[in-house]
Amino acid sequence: MKILVCIKQVPDMESKFKVNAKGVWYEETDLAFRMNEYDEYAVEQAVQLKEQLGGGPEVTVLSIGPDRVLEPVKKALAMGCDRAVHLKDDDSSGKDPWQIASAIAGFSRDKNFDLIFTGMQSQDRGSAQVGAIVSELLGCACVTTVVHFAFNDGIVTAKRELEGGLKCIVRFRLPAVVTCQLGLNKPRYPTLPNIMKAKKKEIVSQAAAGFAATEALSGTGEFYVPAKKGRGIILEGDVNEMADRLIGILKEKTTVVR
Amino acid sequence: MKALLVCEYREGKLLEGSYELISFADRLGVEKAIVLVGSENAVPKADARVYLANAAAWAEYNPEIHRKIVLEAVQRESPDYIVFLHSSYGWDLAPRVAAALKAAQISEVASLQDGKFEVSCCNGKMRRTVTSATERTVVTIQAGAFSFSGEPRGVPRVEMIAPPVAASAVEFIGYEAAEKKDVDLAKAAVIVSAGRGVGKKENVAAIDALAKALQGELGASRPVVDAGWVPHSHQVGTTGQTVSPKLYVACGISGAIQHLAGMKKSEFIVAINKDKDAPIGEVADVLVVADVNQFVPALTAKLRK
Repeated sequence: MKILVCIKQVPDMESKFKVNAKGVWYEETDLAFRMNEYDEYAVEQAVQLKEQLGGGPEVTVLSIGPDRVLEPVKKALAMGCDRAVHLKDDDSSGKDPWQIASAIAGFSRDKNFDLIFTGMQSQDRGSAQVGAIVSELLGCACVTTVVHFAFNDGIVTAKRELEGGLKCIVRFRLPAVVTCQLGLNKPRYPTLPNIMKAKKKEIVSQAAAGFAATEALSGTGEFYVPAKKGRGIILEGDVNEMADRLIGILKEKTTVVR
Repeated sequence: MKALLVCEYREGKLLEGSYELISFADRLGVEKAIVLVGSENAVPKADARVYLANAAAWAEYNPEIHRKIVLEAVQRESPDYIVFLHSSYGWDLAPRVAAALKAAQISEVASLQDGKFEVSCCNGKMRRTVTSATERTVVTIQAGAFSFSGEPRGVPRVEMIAPPVAASAVEFIGYEAAEKKDVDLAKAAVIVSAGRGVGKKENVAAIDALAKALQGELGASRPVVDAGWVPHSHQVGTTGQTVSPKLYVACGISGAIQHLAGMKKSEFIVAINKDKDAPIGEVADVLVVADVNQFVPALTAKLRK
């Protein structure tokens, strides 16, 4: 069995975002980057499946972007992926989901992956498109928003998360693309010995341009900080003073504190 | 211009969100047609053509068959926009339809800015307008962003679509109901919710103590539930419970749209967050800029006096 995991590097969402010079995305300076949270679940599920099958499957981790994406790639290797592919593109943030998906599909087409795991969306762009487009381009099954995954005798039983706590149970055969929702598993922390071991694992670097669609289907008009809709009072400063002020406000404005 | 609206149906019912699609088309100022994989007993009330395929015969969830039905309606109607809700159904189906048509997809449209599609990004902290370079455009709309007011009315003109014969790689087994609730947050007058900002499981006790001091219930955001710090029955948001208490206190919750959708109708909202720019600030009546683990115990102590 061959497994591919597609991961994206995104800024820490607690960051303060500034608009870049072109006005279409964030300025990267001063941002701390990490692995897209949804993709951590994808890596963990791939590694768990490999472990379940006695180490048989080969797990390849793939990321598209500039050299900085090697950081989460190394983390994925330390979590248990076997090898890595870096599809180098210094302008990956300017690509639309169609171009990103076509690069992944273009790379995967002749590799015969049985399973492709990825996050259901990225934390920064949040388009929730790439996984499903990859399946469409490869002509294989796709199951999205997965919160439970079990593999037995070549058949996967998965649960998709719907609204209000409802889940949808599905069964499918491989090959398939699976997009992972938060809470699917408990992504492991890489241990020091595994981080050391990961240093010896292969990372192949190739230009993404060789695989990707040349034309974008969608583009960013403008990128900006939303107009402050905040109608509220902002309290800052000493903790005790703020607590007193808040109690005063609650007594005045609500009926639950007297 | 014309929009094809892909309505949602589940377990015998038309989902309410379907009317948000109609509201979106009206605000966009375009003609509308509707496609529904559902039942003739649950057709949306609208003055529009409704392409209807019978879900009972083909299992409610089958992405490949649903995709083919939507594409059939696209072919018959030739719309400029194909609109889905940004929901578990839309996430699943919209990109497949877009890819099959090689059309641009604009995800999670939150508003229209002079006819441009505005979407939220970076966890709600930033916005961008997205443009389409293709003849047809697939759009998913943010739940609640184009809410429908008034009574739905109108006489649909139903046209049946015979479900296509398609071998399907994905087999629908059934639904699993939400876990039984040990707490009904919908009835609580006060909810104090813990978010990722509490840092670790041990710190949830202080949030719970504040909830008790206010005679309320403990709520939680998704990451806290996923981490196993608080049971799912306490989760507030799209995948948990929708609440509107007299007072909602969000402790260390950044305010992802899925959480906001579940609590923004609360009468009074207090947010405690060390990030002044967190999107929760947009709905908060009071934003306390502080570390929850310092502020919450101090507040609880004063309330107990």
